[in-house]
Amino acid sequence: MTTLLSVEDLHVSYGKMEAVSGVSLDMQAGQIVTVIGPNGAGKTTLLSALMGLLPCKGRSRYESDDLTALSTEERVRRGICLVPERRELFSDMTVADNLILGAYTRWRERRAVQADLDEVFRRFPKLAERRRQLAGTLSGGEQQMLALGRALMAKPRLLLLDEPSLGLAPLIVREIFRIVVGLRELGVSILLVEQNARAALETADFGYVLETGCVVHSGPAAGLAHDPRVIASYLGGKVEPSS
Amino acid sequence: MTPEIAVLLAQDGITTGAIYVLVALGIVLIFLSTRVIFVPFGDVVGYAALTLAALQLKRIPGTVWLVLTLAAIATVVEVYGLTRRHQARRIPQALLYYAALPVAPAATAYLAAGYDLPMWAGIPITFAVVLPISPLLYRIAFRPLADASVLVLLIVAVAAHFALSGMALVFFGPEGFRTAPLTRAFFSVGPMTVSGQSILVVASAAVFGLLLFLFFERTLNGKALRATAVNRVGARLVGIELSNTAATAFLLASALAAISGILIGPITTLYYDSGFLIGLKAFVGAIIGGLVSYPATIVGAILVGLGESYASFWNSALKEVIVFGSLIPILLWQSFATRGGVVEDVEEEEGESRT
Repeated sequence: MTTLLSVEDLHVSYGKMEAVSGVSLDMQAGQIVTVIGPNGAGKTTLLSALMGLLPCKGRSRYESDDLTALSTEERVRRGICLVPERRELFSDMTVADNLILGAYTRWRERRAVQADLDEVFRRFPKLAERRRQLAGTLSGGEQQMLALGRALMAKPRLLLLDEPSLGLAPLIVREIFRIVVGLRELGVSILLVEQNARAALETADFGYVLETGCVVHSGPAAGLAHDPRVIASYLGGKVEPSS
Repeated sequence: MTPEIAVLLAQDGITTGAIYVLVALGIVLIFLSTRVIFVPFGDVVGYAALTLAALQLKRIPGTVWLVLTLAAIATVVEVYGLTRRHQARRIPQALLYYAALPVAPAATAYLAAGYDLPMWAGIPITFAVVLPISPLLYRIAFRPLADASVLVLLIVAVAAHFALSGMALVFFGPEGFRTAPLTRAFFSVGPMTVSGQSILVVASAAVFGLLLFLFFERTLNGKALRATAVNRVGARLVGIELSNTAATAFLLASALAAISGILIGPITTLYYDSGFLIGLKAFVGAIIGGLVSYPATIVGAILVGLGESYASFWNSALKEVIVFGSLIPILLWQSFATRGGVVEDVEEEEGESRT
């Protein structure tokens, strides 16, 4: 397996407050890697920095490229896609237009894009039913599927997923995780940020635990799921209070 | 007021309203894709009319010097930026966009001045000379400030307006110009006569409005422009380069300004600073549309045209007061109607800055 993404000593600050301090992580191609941790641990910040939406210090390589030199748009063109927690859909535009814009960087391959659009509609039949509806009128679960579908239209090789289960009913959460596993089979590597630690560790190959901007544990996901410290903090019987 | 006069005023109002529609669409287009309230937009309209007038008088239009100056500054800024970022291989492309393409029509206008140009040659030359003004201004003044607040962008826009209208005074002088009529035809429809000029103006507004609609609905670039307006972060996440959509928006708006200027030239006498007033009235129309809705902008701009026409009949000294005074109730109404929306926006901005 080849290393797809390697991040070394990444720092991200908002003014004087450092939200991510010295995070290092590695991802192999074809893996699902999860980053779990409490609210405010810097998970979303980490993904935003990897996407180039926030300025950061440190080294990060994606395949043979120095990631820090690339703009967000160039990262999208090289196959990195972020599905943000806030989904960032084009709410005043139709479902179909949202998906077509997902393939914006592939405007030269019109035929292939049409085929991929059909593929996304097959994968998410709900979106096909609502293709002419405005994205803002969809339910939360449907919006999450649209956000995922829009990212897939870019033919990503590295998908950054930020809290895909946030605010969704358990049945839809299971559906979303089923889709995530299905994506790996298509050869998409996935960096999954989750508060739902149990579901994330069940799905992932490798896991990192992030607390106040630092990696405190890491290891194969199955191992982390049985690590007593992780169980105590994240997998205990109690539900983590979300602030 | 007799019914005949009312009809005549309505016809007049719809004609000017149609021009305001084109200008207002340009203002909304730029605002939505870049958050810039492009104050100098009216000046660009004025430049278009004055350029055509100068060509008809066989003079070299001052716009040529404006475009050359802007192109020179933009080229230097762009090439310097590219060299600093070690992207030297993109310099030829930059030279094409910022030097060759704007200079070519300006050179044509320079060479063509002095000849007795027919209308079909003067109009395209005017259009091509005016077209690069807004995109070049964007490159020089607004692109470096892409992440600045709406207020900073507005202040820069006001400064750009003063610069443009000051230069217009230098280039065209203080006297007024009126271009030759595009057509002298008159049609009688029932009891009233309609000038071919009015029909041409209204038809152009309709055609270009429709083209704009098709661009937004049917083309990927048009959709990218709308997407940028709806959600800038989302647009970046699908790989849309905001500086490209902004340049497209400025180019399209510049085209609308050029067309508006060519259309308004024969209708009224224009001075070096008349464009600003046209822009301001169109802005009132855009405000009626809340600066977000194209259909409401069209309605708003036509209402401004009609209001202006009737106001000038009742009391021509107060016609501007009536038009701009009508802004107050509109703004009041909008601040009540959109209160919910404003709160939402603030929340969104807070959300973006959280960890």
